[in-house]
This record gives sequence, C-alpha cells and structure tokens, in this order.
Amino acid sequence: MPTPQPTAVSIRELPLKFDKTLQVISEALAGRRLAITGTTGFLGTALVERLLRCVPDVQLVLLVRPGRRGADERIHREIIRNDVFDRLRHELGQTAFDQLCEQQITGINGDVGVDGLGLDNAGRDLISSCDIVIHSAAAVAFDNPLDTAVEVNLLGPVRLVQLLNEMGASPHFIAVSTCYVAGSRRGNAAEEPLLDGPMYVPLSWREEVEASRRRRITTETQSRDPACLEEFRNRARHELGAAGTPALAAKTEQLRSRWVHDQMVEAGRSRASSLGFPDAYAFTKALAETAVAETKGDLQVTTVRPSIIESTYSEPVPGWIRGFRMAEPIIIGYGRGLLTDFPGIPQGVLDVIPVDLVAAALCAVAARGPDPSRPVIQVASGAVNPFRFNQLVDLTHRWFSENPIYDDRDQPIPPPNWTYPGRGRVIRQLKRLRRGLDASERLLGRLPIRGRQAEISANLDERREQVERALGYVELYGAYTECEALFGVERLLELWDSLDDNDKESYCFDPRIIDWNHYVADIHLPTVVAQGRVKTEPTGRAGSSRQQRQRAQVLSPKRHLAAFDLENTIIATNVVVAYGWLATHRLPINERTRLITKVLLEAPSLLALDRRDRSDFLRHFYRRYEGAPVKQMAEDSRTMFSDLILTQAFPAAIRRVREHRAAGHTTVLITGALDFIVDPLRPLFDHIVCAELAQDHGTYTGHLASVPPTSESRAEVLRDFANAEGLSLSESVAYADSASDLPLLEAVGYPVTVNPEPRLAILARKRGWLIEHFDKAQGSPRKLLPISARQPT
Amino acid sequence: MKDKVRPTPRPGMVLAVDRSTPPILFHHGEGFRTERLPAGRSRIIYPAEPLKGLEDPEGAIHHALLNPINQDPLPAQLRPGMKLTIAFDDISLPLPQMRRPDIRQLVIEQVLEMAAAAGVEDVHLIAALALHRRMTEAELRHAVGDRVYDAFAPSGCLYNHDAEDPDNMVILGTTPHDEKVQFNRRAAESDLVVYVNINLVSMDGGHKSTATGLSGYQGLRHHHNVSTMQQSKSFMDQQRSELHASNWRMGKVLHDAGVKIFQIETTVNNNTFGVDGPLAMLQKREWEWSARDRAAFMGMQAGLKLSTTQMNRKIFQSWRAPYELTSVQAGEIEAVHKITTENVYAQHLVRVEGQTDILTMGLPYICPYNVNSVMNPILVMCLGLGYFFNLYRGRPLVREGGAVIMSHPTRWEFHPVHHPSYIDFFEEVLADTTDPAEIEARYERRFAEDEWYIHLYRKSYAYHGVHPFYMWYWGAHALAHLGTVIIVGGDAKAVQRMGFRPASTLQDALEIASDTVGSAPTITHIHNPPILMADVN
Repeated sequence: MPTPQPTAVSIRELPLKFDKTLQVISEALAGRRLAITGTTGFLGTALVERLLRCVPDVQLVLLVRPGRRGADERIHREIIRNDVFDRLRHELGQTAFDQLCEQQITGINGDVGVDGLGLDNAGRDLISSCDIVIHSAAAVAFDNPLDTAVEVNLLGPVRLVQLLNEMGASPHFIAVSTCYVAGSRRGNAAEEPLLDGPMYVPLSWREEVEASRRRRITTETQSRDPACLEEFRNRARHELGAAGTPALAAKTEQLRSRWVHDQMVEAGRSRASSLGFPDAYAFTKALAETAVAETKGDLQVTTVRPSIIESTYSEPVPGWIRGFRMAEPIIIGYGRGLLTDFPGIPQGVLDVIPVDLVAAALCAVAARGPDPSRPVIQVASGAVNPFRFNQLVDLTHRWFSENPIYDDRDQPIPPPNWTYPGRGRVIRQLKRLRRGLDASERLLGRLPIRGRQAEISANLDERREQVERALGYVELYGAYTECEALFGVERLLELWDSLDDNDKESYCFDPRIIDWNHYVADIHLPTVVAQGRVKTEPTGRAGSSRQQRQRAQVLSPKRHLAAFDLENTIIATNVVVAYGWLATHRLPINERTRLITKVLLEAPSLLALDRRDRSDFLRHFYRRYEGAPVKQMAEDSRTMFSDLILTQAFPAAIRRVREHRAAGHTTVLITGALDFIVDPLRPLFDHIVCAELAQDHGTYTGHLASVPPTSESRAEVLRDFANAEGLSLSESVAYADSASDLPLLEAVGYPVTVNPEPRLAILARKRGWLIEHFDKAQGSPRKLLPISARQPT
Repeated sequence: MKDKVRPTPRPGMVLAVDRSTPPILFHHGEGFRTERLPAGRSRIIYPAEPLKGLEDPEGAIHHALLNPINQDPLPAQLRPGMKLTIAFDDISLPLPQMRRPDIRQLVIEQVLEMAAAAGVEDVHLIAALALHRRMTEAELRHAVGDRVYDAFAPSGCLYNHDAEDPDNMVILGTTPHDEKVQFNRRAAESDLVVYVNINLVSMDGGHKSTATGLSGYQGLRHHHNVSTMQQSKSFMDQQRSELHASNWRMGKVLHDAGVKIFQIETTVNNNTFGVDGPLAMLQKREWEWSARDRAAFMGMQAGLKLSTTQMNRKIFQSWRAPYELTSVQAGEIEAVHKITTENVYAQHLVRVEGQTDILTMGLPYICPYNVNSVMNPILVMCLGLGYFFNLYRGRPLVREGGAVIMSHPTRWEFHPVHHPSYIDFFEEVLADTTDPAEIEARYERRFAEDEWYIHLYRKSYAYHGVHPFYMWYWGAHALAHLGTVIIVGGDAKAVQRMGFRPASTLQDALEIASDTVGSAPTITHIHNPPILMADVN
C-alpha cells in the first residue's frame, strides 16, 4: 500500500479506504482531519489522546462550548492538561508535546445544544472540511432535566447532520450512542438500526421535542404561581429563620429553580420509563438514532453504541478515569457503609466496558470508513465476557475489607453485605427512613437548643442527605443493575478479526481480553477510591486536625478584620435578660418578682416575634425603655457588666477576640444590643456597632435613634466599615450563632459559627465552616432569673 | 456572740501515728476526707489551741494609739488642715472573714474619732489591695462598718486603691538594688498615712503593708518574681525572706521620700471555726472528738454530699470566723512589726524535729484570693505549694526531692469576673509550660500590660492580669525543692495541666510517691487550718 505523505499532499486528495481488508489504522487515519464533539468529556478526552499519540499528523478539530474562557482556553485547561496525556507528554517532552498540540489541534466555539450549533462561518467551513466527524457530546448524567437531555442528546446530532447537509459536506459521520437504547428489555439486543429491529419505539421525535419544550414553559409558569411561591418562601424561612429579606429572597428563588429542575428531571424519568427506557439519557439517545436516520440524507453514518464506560484497562495507563461516573458514587457509598443494600439481580450481567476499548473501537471504525452493511457497532462485554453483578459486589466487598475507608473517628468502616432485594423494597425502606429523619429534624428545629445539642440536628441532616443520595442512586441506577439485555457484539468482533496483529496490539477493543478480577481489584477500585478523596488511612488526630487548620487560618496575620456578634457568641445572654436586670435593679423585692413574672409570661410571643423578624422584635421590645433616665442606665449598666454580663460571658470567646487583636486584625462588635449595655465592652474591640435609643431631656424615649444592625443590615454595616477602612471582606472573619446572622457570615471569607442553633449548625456542617463551642466558665455564679443582686442595705 | 475559749490553751504538738490513731481529718475544698496514715512512720502536726483574746479590744486599741512605739501619740500627729489617709488591709485578710465587728472597723473608728477631735477634714480611706480585685460595697461595709462607709463612700473618700490609674500613682525613688518604688499618689502626698493591718500570718505586715499594698506593677515586679521567691526560705520567715528584704528596702525609700506612716498592727488568735458551734470539731484533735462532734461531722458530710458544689461553696463562704484580737501595737513600722511577729509566732509556731519524705496537707475551701469566689486550680497550687509549704522556719518540713501530697477537688473552675486572666493563664500559658522562670520570661509582660485585664481590674472586680503569675511564683520555691507533687481527689485533667500527678485516694498517692521517695517513706501531715507554722530543726 502506498504510504500517504501528508506533508506533500493535500489532505483532501487522500483516498478514503472503503475496502474490507483494513489498512493499519494509524496509516489510514494519518493526515486526516477529524471533527470531534464532546472532547471535554470522558470518552472524548480518551479519544483525543489516542489519536494524538498513535496517529501521525492527524488534524483534530474540536467543537467545544466556549464557556467564559473560549474554546481554545478550555481545550488547553480541560483537555490537554489532563493527566491522560502524561504518557505522551513524558514520551515527547513538554516542548515537543506543546508543539504537537499546537499544530494538530484546532478548537472552534460551538454548542450542540443550540440551533445552528452556535458556529460562525469559519467554524461551519472548518467542520464541513473534515473527513470524519465523531459526535461524542452528550448530557450523560442520568438525572438530567428532560429538556436538557432532549436538546443535547436528541437534537445535538440532528443539528450536526443538518449542518453537514446544508454545507454539502459528506464526511463519515460517527455517532456515539449507547447500548441502552435497547430499553429495559430481556434477551438479545443486536447491532442493528433501531428502525429495523424489535427495539424500535414508534414515536415522533419532533413531537417529543415540542413536548419537552412545552413542559419547561408550563413548569416555569407553575413555579411562579402565588401558592407555589408562598410555599418556597415558607420553606426558605424555615431553613434560614429571620435572615433578612435579601437572603430569604435569594433562598426562595434558589428553591424555586431547584423545584423546576427537579420537576424536569422527574418528567424525563417518567417519560423514559413509560416507554420502557431506564432513564432520560437512554430514551433521548434512542430518539436521536431514529432522528439521525431520518434526517441524514446522503450522509454516511455509523452508530457506535458502548455500554457502561468505566476507567481504562491499559491505555494509556491502567485506571485512568475522568470525573465521577456512574458506578463510582455507588462504590464509594458502599465503601463508606452508606448504601447498606442495593437492588439488583445477583446473576444479572453488568455490562461494563473500559474507556480505552471504546476509544480504540472508534478509531477502528473511523479508519475503516462507512460500511453500509454494518451501520451499527456495539462495544459491550456482556455477551462474550459477562461480568455478573454479584461478582462485582463480592470483589468490592473483599477489596474494602482489605482496604477500608476510615470514618471521622479513625475507625475503619466495614463494608455492608448486600442481599439484592427488589428495587421497590429498597426504595420503600429508604423513603420510610427519610420520613422519620425529616420528622425528628423538624422537632429538633422547634426546640430552643444550640451548640453541641444542635449538632444532633446537623448529624440528622447529614444522615438524611445520605439517605437522599442513596435513594437517588437506587432510583437512577437500579434499572441498570436489573437490566437483563444481552448486547450483541458480532460486528465488533468481525471488525476485530479484520485487524492485523500490530493494530490489535495498539488498538485493542476485544472485550474478551478483560480479566474482571484484575480489572476491578487492581485497576478500577484503587482509582475510584483515589478519585473519591476518601480517608484511606487513619489521620492520627481524629477530627481535630481540620478544626485546628481552620483555626490557624482564621487567626493568620493575613486576615484583616474579625467581626463578632454578641449574644450567644460572646455572652450567653440576650436583650430580654439585660432588660430584666436593669428594670429590677432598683426595685423593691416584691415588685421585682412581679416584673419578672410579667416578662416571663410574654416570653413565648417575644420569641416568636424574634424568629419572624429581629428588627421588629427589637423595635417592639426597646419601647420598654421609655422614660428610663440616661445617667442611671449608664451607671447601672456598669454594675450589670460585672454582675451579669461577665458572669455569662464565654472566656474562650473573649480570648479569641484578643487573639485577633494580637494578630493585628481589626475587631468589630456588631450587635442589636443597646449602646449603654455594651459600653463596658469597648476596650475589647476596635469598633462597636450597636443600637441607640433616642433621648429627650435626660430620659430615653423608647424609640430607636438608628435601625439596629440585624440580619442583612449587619452584612451591610460590615461592608461599609471594611470599605471605609480599606479592609477586604474576603480576608475577614465573622463569628455568629444564629441563622439570622447568615448574611453576616456569608459576607466574609472566613465564617465561624459559635454554639450554632440547629439551622445554622446544619448549614455550617454542609459548607464546611469552622464550628466553635464556647462555654461559660465552670464556676460562674448561676442566675435562675434575670434579677440583679440584692443591693446592700 | 463571743465563743468560749479555754482558759489555758494547749500549744501545738506533733503526734506520732500508731495503730490506735483514729482516721485523720483532711480538709478537701468544700468538704473533708478522713484518712488513715501508715502507723510507725507518720506524724501529724497540730496547731496550738486559740490563745486567749484581749478582754477589752477597744481599750487596747485606744491604748496603742495613745502610746505608740517610737512615735508621738496619734492625736499629737493630727492637726486641722492636714491631709490624712487611712489605708487598710483588703478582703484577703483575715481568712475566713471574721465576724462583725471587723478589727479594721474598731481601729478606724477610733482613728477617725481622734481625727475629728483634732479638726482634720481631709480624710481618705483606701483599701490597700495592690493588684487584688476591688472590694465590693458589701465587703467594704463589712471591713470598715456601715457608719464609716456611709460617712465616707458617698463623697468618694472611701475607695479601692487603683494601681493602674496613671494620674494617681507616683514613683518615689529607687532602692540601692535598683528597685523602683511606686506608690499611691494620695498616700504619698498625705501629711500622715495611718495603716490598719490584720496580721494573720507572719508574712503579713511591716513595710509590706504599704510598700506592697499601695503599690502597683512597676514596684511589685521587683519582689514578686521567681528569683525573689526562690530566695525566700521561707517567705513566712522574715529573717530569711528576700521578699521582705526588698519590701524593707522600699520602706526606707518611702521614709526618705517623706512619707510618714503610723502603722497599726493587730494579731488574731486561731479561733477559726469556733470552740462550740457547728464547725467546732474542725479545730479539735480527732481522738478528742465527742459523740456529738462525730455525729455533727457525719451529718455535715452527708449534707455536703447531697448538696451541689455551688451551694456548698455558698455555705462555706458565708462562714464568719469568731477571731479575737490578741494584740494591737502602733507606731514606727519596724519596731511595731517585731512585736506583731512575736505575737503571731506565739500562736502559730510548733517545734518539729527533722524533715520528712512526704508532706501531706488537706487544702480548705479558701485562700487569700478566693473570698466570695471560686478556688481555681492555680489557687490550689498557690495555697498548697505557696502558703502551706512555706509555713516553716529553719528548714522546709519536707526534704529536698521529697513529695507533697495535697488533697483538694481541684475542679476546672474559674470565677469569670474575679479571675479572667487566670482562665487564659491556665488555658494558654500552662498548656505551654509550667516552669516558673520560663513563664515569667515569656508571658508576664504581655499579661501585665494587657489593656483588657487592666480595664477589668479597674472597672470590674478582676484580679490584675499579672496576678496568676504571682500565684505561680509563690510556689516556685516548692517546685524547685520537691521531687513530685500529687493531688488527691482532684480533676485529673486540671491536675495534669499544672504538671502534677492526680490520685484518687491517699493510698494511691502514697503508691505513686514511692517512685520518688522509696517504699517506706516518713510522712508528715500538717493539720492546717487552723494555721500552724513548723519550726523545723
């Protein structure tokens, strides 16, 4: 055979090889121009690597969504820098590698999810100038919203095909699909177009497109229904408490869009299962095959259907994987003891195929060229080298028994024993558990607890999320473990048999060579565990090290500002108690009791008001100071400082303020308490922002002279202060105890929760914030009621 | 009500423990333990019984004021238009607080009467508390009486010394040892300072009353430091105390600077718990306990067990000792103090033959720095290794390299108002090192000059930021001398934080001590309080 000389001859002039006796793959592809979509994905990246490494002078045109950075930058950051290229980089040296990429890769901005592919004229010309177009872009997540799946998976290839037809180009179009277009069926699923086979679902794909778009519009409309919005607002309030209007609004909108998303995911799942598909992904892929067949015109199309793609078997290195894929969360969930059971048929075949085999098969198909007698090729293992579900579970169990994951307390987690119950039963169990946890959490949320007890809430929430996740896995992936279809690979093997030994060496895609025990135990699980960033050995200092690291960060001299809330952050008291003390200080004993009883009786309504809106509460409550003499309040507050404030203070909190000052940070106290009450605390802080009452002829009027800094206004106050002082909030620390302080905590780079109430404890845990438990000094004088010490007579 | 005191009090004694010795009372914070000591190698030092109080305290005071030593009678020193300052000992004396009327009240009332008679109008009364916490109104009323309080406090003429008030502290000079003498400005500028002292132990009084009591950190740091404390063997023995030498040098500077001091010193007897009454058995020898004593003790133990720590603390802190005045002398400081010390020794000194391998002590609920407060772990250390260990003349009771076993609950508890810097000292400094010299070098300055602690000392009721350091230095001599320190019945973590070893029973403690002192050590138990001072041959 004549060797193509790409340097001397135009690419266009090279003859495509249609004959059955296959040339050496590399030679067949050498100097060709290939357009590939989906190269930032798992399979796409592997394919680019293989082509660059094995095919001389191949020209790759990569269609990449521009994002914020543009296609070229994304290609550089997300593809070329990936460790899959380490081998090639090592073999060539960095400079030569960069040169190779520079010469052989061209990026174009484009998006298969929008009409016209988002291409400019140059892009359209470039794509239509290619010899081969491999369409590998897909929304692979199994829980994509219906319309996303439709736009990308169904319309993506249709748009490409349309473009090529419009431009009058006739490259070999290779569409990557999935074996699961066969639906949840039993028995053999052969390598044939859907239209010709028993798996064809007679549907109008255009109607499905319209329906999904309509669905999006109605769901969006429904989500804006007053009743729905009310519901979202209530849920936001429940989650955040009195966090202020902006925070609540943001949360409400977040809940609304999440609801729309969930509705669309559910719409996809139910539509897919109503037609016998495991999920929206398989469903839209199946429609896509039909749609491409319908719209391709004269275009030569080959469909390649891989099954479940997992980490590399050997090329370029064993165990390479990109991102967290289908089986990984389940495997990690298993190792962490999270998934105590999973549905599936023990003897059922789990059709897994390593990604390097798929990439090699794609190269072979591309090199062979279009073959009208073999329009579909399946890359799967089940029919010729079945891997049973129980085999995977046994191997995984053994592996995690030998290489356990460690929990927070440095205890190895024993892997659970799965009993393979039906999917329905597992789902029911999990749902029951979720209901129980929900109820306990609601109950705890109503109790006035904080600090370490509130951590129980956070634990419950964590557990609920685990259950939620487990439920998600079971609902999403359960169908795959229960799938009993056998995907035929006769065409694939024919292709394999036609290769010469050299090609078999460098483009291996024979599923029969996979040694499952070796693959799972030595390649895949170690990779998954490494990717999952789980604790594979005890850290020695259980749990504390992270907290210590965070503390060191918070106290680093690099920080600028430390803002503190007062109540329950620095002292375990509140405006009501302080009022009780001041009001009773000069009263005779019997009147004291009467006054305190009155305040106590009002406590529930005050608490409710406080929970609704802190500003309203303070405005309402401070009316009680009407007529109080200014001088006397100042004097009594000084006595109260020693008699009440300091006895209720958290020494560790005071120490922390001082540590911040020692580290050179500016310290600010932001509180809704009154100025005369916090006055004795002034030497502790550089700056104090507090509430002030208006005065009239030496007495207080009971009206606020300025809006007390609460919820969102605290964040504003802090922002203004930082701006005025030229300090950076992202380099600042804030300490607070309640969910209503959320805006304050979110405003800074280093939020610290102190003795958090349940809602905040949950949020802090989720966001990985530092949680401090500050206690009153053991030995503090205890006061049952907020009454001042009896005056000596 | 006056307690009945034996007409001929018996002196202190040393009891050799044999098999017939009953279990011995150990004070244990707000409670008690009874322990059997190993027969044949243990001894117990008992304090002397309370000396007889003066029949006519008011008369004796009057006599002392009119017949001072080496000075003119007080009335002769008073004249119209003069500035008179009366300084008095603070809440740390006596321990526990004594029943009303307090000796200070008796003395001050007479001084004020004489001043009024002489037409003195500019009179200030100052609680000479140095770096201790301010006294509350109730505490001041207890010390000086309501009449004096109401006459002087509202006009701002009765107040607590403020060592951090920059306007009201002066440096009066420097001793030949380069020690700065810092003093209260009002006292320095007065024509006469009358100092009213209660001399509970031999460390108190003399020049220390004024040179320490009315000074501040700039002055105190010259003798309240590790080196001075390690050279004071003991600080209860003025002849061999570097602490006192330094105060005496400062006293000379005060004198040379023209500060005129009329020193009134008083001594009280050992009648801490009363001769009859609910706590009487605490100052009796165990084998002399009557059936009533035994029943009362068992009842008390049961009651304390049922009650909470807070409640027990309240009960004990409300105890007022029926102390009686045993002597009062006035005039020139050094001469007065010689007589005072003799009177203190007369009550406290007990002759003891030779040293011991292990010294055991039961620490009570109170020390000078937790009146109406919490005895935190640092104060436990200070009471045991500072005060009790140093209650010796001649040689320490325990041999060098020996062991001290203290009994105290040593809870991880602090009074947040009175002892804020103690909390940080315990959490931050002791977590780093327990070596007094290292602590002094690395941390003292920062705590002493800390603005927040100064604010709390001046405006609230906090001991000064540097005070926990002084508490630790107070034990420096003992720490250098001892091989091991064990605390029985204490919070293990708190005990370990201080570098000591926790034991749950005395038997365990003796077992632990055997690592240091061998398997058959001699043991001496110091049966204190009531207070005794060992005169060791």
